[in-house]
Amino acid sequence: MKTINVSQIAETVERLCIEANYCLNGDILRALKRGAEVEVSETGKCILNQIIANADIARNEEIAICQDTGMAVVFIDIGQDVHITGGSLTEAVNEGVRRGYKKGYLRKSVVGDPIERVNTGDNTPAVIHYTVVEGDNLKIAVAPKGFGSENMSALRMLKPSDGLEGVKKFIIETVDRAGPNPCPPIVVGVGIGGTMEKAAILAKKALLRPIDIRSDVEYVKELEIEMLGALNSLGIGPAGLGGKVTALAVNIEVFPTHIAGLPVAVNISCHATRHAEAVL
Amino acid sequence: MICTIETPLTKQKVRELKAGDTVSINGVIYAARDAAHKRMIAMIQAGEGLPFNIEDQIIYYVGPCPAKPGRVIGSAGPTTSGRMDVYAPKLIEMGLTGMIGKGLRSREVVEAMVKYGAVYLGAVGGAGALIAKSIVQEEVVAFPELGPEAIRRLVVRDFPATVIIDSRGNDLYKIGREKHRCC
Repeated sequence: MKTINVSQIAETVERLCIEANYCLNGDILRALKRGAEVEVSETGKCILNQIIANADIARNEEIAICQDTGMAVVFIDIGQDVHITGGSLTEAVNEGVRRGYKKGYLRKSVVGDPIERVNTGDNTPAVIHYTVVEGDNLKIAVAPKGFGSENMSALRMLKPSDGLEGVKKFIIETVDRAGPNPCPPIVVGVGIGGTMEKAAILAKKALLRPIDIRSDVEYVKELEIEMLGALNSLGIGPAGLGGKVTALAVNIEVFPTHIAGLPVAVNISCHATRHAEAVL
Repeated sequence: MICTIETPLTKQKVRELKAGDTVSINGVIYAARDAAHKRMIAMIQAGEGLPFNIEDQIIYYVGPCPAKPGRVIGSAGPTTSGRMDVYAPKLIEMGLTGMIGKGLRSREVVEAMVKYGAVYLGAVGGAGALIAKSIVQEEVVAFPELGPEAIRRLVVRDFPATVIIDSRGNDLYKIGREKHRCC
């Protein structure tokens, strides 16, 4: 049994909110640099270089990569042998978000009610996904999600007869329709299977996987590679101004599903695809 | 072609700009996004004046990060313009000549741009830290209670943008995609 005080959780979340928003991850940066080399459009190349320069400025000057510092999506994998002391775990996560967004001069982008729309002023509440796992570790992943790309995401309940071809068609259709809106080059998270909400969470979780690591399920790995090629043939390109580098990666997660269904969720993320993790 | 835009942006200058032109903007522009647009349209419907004279002005669709001490502004890249499509035609009719943002526009917006003479400029989405360097002054001029969505008067120097849709309705998103689409 490991004991973790909520103050340690709040401090960690605070730090991860700032880190995720200031520092573009290495896998993304490498993919952008490779993209700048292979892009055939001169405008596209120029935009990719601006995005790379932007990441350098953000890291060196400690400011946000993008002004949309997102709604804080927090994944918590809590070991079943962990005992949380000192207060509420959920409140500790929200306190961490509150402090991180203030201290980091990050934008407060959350409204308290979807219809009344009054800004909460501190970017809380976070969207928190808890998973109970074996062991005595507490893993925290903070993934601030901007809505330029979130708004272009989609979920569809396909029929089993639609099969793999139906899945491919839906992924391509979603990215094609998004066009320049989600700040391409994008990263595409896909969840296939489960139920409606399971597919959506799988798609979001897929975005946490480093983009240079392919699925260990053979057909999924092939699908990821094939879809990346297909998306990069759409012509959308960096900033949507035309080019070959529309997506940096397609990450796909699968889960068992019902005999009657084939849920597919496509969660589009902008080039930043921010996330930072820590294990307590 | 690289063009310099000095604000205010006159209709004559608007007509010289073509989809695909790279522009560098100098002078005053106004920051406004969803909530500010909703309020401006409500003010117009109520017969009230707008918080700033919109004639020959440029609106930048942005909600910046707060400025760190000693800085003018935080990260300040464009937001998705399409959410302002329901409000933009009325503002164009009232004299707005430029919009800076990213992403697709509706047919109604393009029709208003052609009819009254306005241009849609694209800034690079996700390059907010870089773009912030071309903003040299920032002042909230209306709706401070909206926080990041307040209307701001920005003074910009060499603000980088691309003409996406010109006053004839030519659209760089369509032109660029057609050029690079594979069959």
